Amino acid sequence: MSLLCARNIHAGYGGINILNGVDITLDASKIGVVIGPNGAGKSTILKAIFGLLKVGEGSVFLDGEDITNEAPERLVHRGLSFVPQEHNVFLTLSVQENLEMGAFIRRDDYSARIEYVYDIFKPLKAKRNQPAGELSGGERQMVATGRALMTEPSLLILDEPTAGLSPLFMSGIFNRILDINTAGVTILMVEQNAKQALNIAHKGFVLASGTNRFVGSGRALLDNPEVACCFLGG
Amino acid sequence: MNEFIFFLNKVVIDGVVIGGIYALGAIGVTLIFGILRFAHFAHGDMMTLGAGLSLAIAVVLSQAGLSTPLPLGFVAMPIAMALTAALAVGIDRIVYKPLREAGVRPVVLVMASVGVMLMVQGLVRFFAGSRMRSFYFSEHKNIFRIHLPFIAARKPLVITEPQILLIVLTVAVVIALHIFLTRTRDGKAMRAMSDNADLARVTGIDTARVVRLTWIIGGALACAGGTMLSLDVTFKPDLSFNILLPIFAAAIVGGIGKPYGAVAGGFLVGFSETLAVFNWSILLRPVKDYVPHWLHVPANLSLIPTEYKITVPFFILIVVLIWRPTGIFKGRVI
Repeated sequence: MSLLCARNIHAGYGGINILNGVDITLDASKIGVVIGPNGAGKSTILKAIFGLLKVGEGSVFLDGEDITNEAPERLVHRGLSFVPQEHNVFLTLSVQENLEMGAFIRRDDYSARIEYVYDIFKPLKAKRNQPAGELSGGERQMVATGRALMTEPSLLILDEPTAGLSPLFMSGIFNRILDINTAGVTILMVEQNAKQALNIAHKGFVLASGTNRFVGSGRALLDNPEVACCFLGG
Repeated sequence: MNEFIFFLNKVVIDGVVIGGIYALGAIGVTLIFGILRFAHFAHGDMMTLGAGLSLAIAVVLSQAGLSTPLPLGFVAMPIAMALTAALAVGIDRIVYKPLREAGVRPVVLVMASVGVMLMVQGLVRFFAGSRMRSFYFSEHKNIFRIHLPFIAARKPLVITEPQILLIVLTVAVVIALHIFLTRTRDGKAMRAMSDNADLARVTGIDTARVVRLTWIIGGALACAGGTMLSLDVTFKPDLSFNILLPIFAAAIVGGIGKPYGAVAGGFLVGFSETLAVFNWSILLRPVKDYVPHWLHVPANLSLIPTEYKITVPFFILIVVLIWRPTGIFKGRVI
């Protein structure tokens, strides 16, 4: 059975539907990547899954349980973690405090988990007492992803983790995402850098105007001439 | 020398006292703004309500025959603080929470708080009447006269017992608030939610709990501020008229949403008031003989008359909003 199973999702803003029946199914411990042109509804589908946007029609199942339209704070308890694309760190809190807030729902000792995050994102350790607002864009993305890892989620949802980063940082982030996945975390992410993202993807979803256009393994999508020509920029 | 002591009494001590009271109110205003994003206009009346509760409890304690080394009103205050905090949480549940859940714009919440302000005002008058009442109905107020150890100083520094208690209380509150905000899970969650409420929800922070804590702290400190002010002067049912503007000025000057800024802003506004109404010609008295006689020194050299004291926070507010809308501590732009 799939870990995440979103079927026929219709959702949008202010009565205007952006998603017109999107399907996303992802098996446990896999990386799923959603790509597509601007306005295709990539970020919207993530928000709909994470309860940030009302799903008008369709259903979302996590591990066989119906989580459609469940509030984000409840989903965190179910093992979902979400990293928004923008405003994804607490700017006035230190790096350490950001991570502690990620562990807000935990009542056990999570110090080992903090060390684990510092181990994945090594540059953060030296800056643990600095306010996150003083960090560079790449470091902030590390803080945001680290924060989301604090609950030891089963499914990590990333909204454009490399947006606005220099190519150097980009491959670093992709490598860290691979590391996190190797540790057993299922990852669903939206990416603009489609080629690089599909390279690490077990499954890719190509959205266009709020519907699934192509679904397949990352490799298959990269090799598909139609996908390559229309969605990967030739 | 006596003139200098007069200055200490009128400007420094009075400034610290009124500044501390403003700070206690402004912390609540700034926390509520930081978490719930609206100006809580009922805060001044929450201070009145808290003071009224302290007075009522003090009367009960006195009738029960209790006599304490500290003023009864001060002994009653912790109970009143708990009650005011509970009322603040209750008012939030009945008035503001349904509005928040309906997703209204902040201005609707502001208007609702004006409604709450009028309601609380009516309630206080209903129970306490409209006249002033002294907290010292059965005790007498201890006044300390401290003679400074130099010969020229013949007049003493004058400070009352409630003033000393207020200074101690304000210091304790600021330290406790600092520890709460930087060392505890709930305090950090409060800062996180004030920083980015959407991300706080996504992170799994119990935002309803943070809101509740905000009202508890805001309500309790409002009660403390109101009670201390009433102990220092008298309990007036229209207390909030004179205090609402200064505490908002303090919160905004300090940078709205910034608790330390609110404390700094409280003292800034307090000292500005005492400095503005101080009669500066008194300080010129010792050198009066050396002032050329053609330079006429008027008997009263205060910047503004005492009865216009309320214009000081108003003026500060305007200056800050024009020159530095984020306040001293870089709060949010209003």
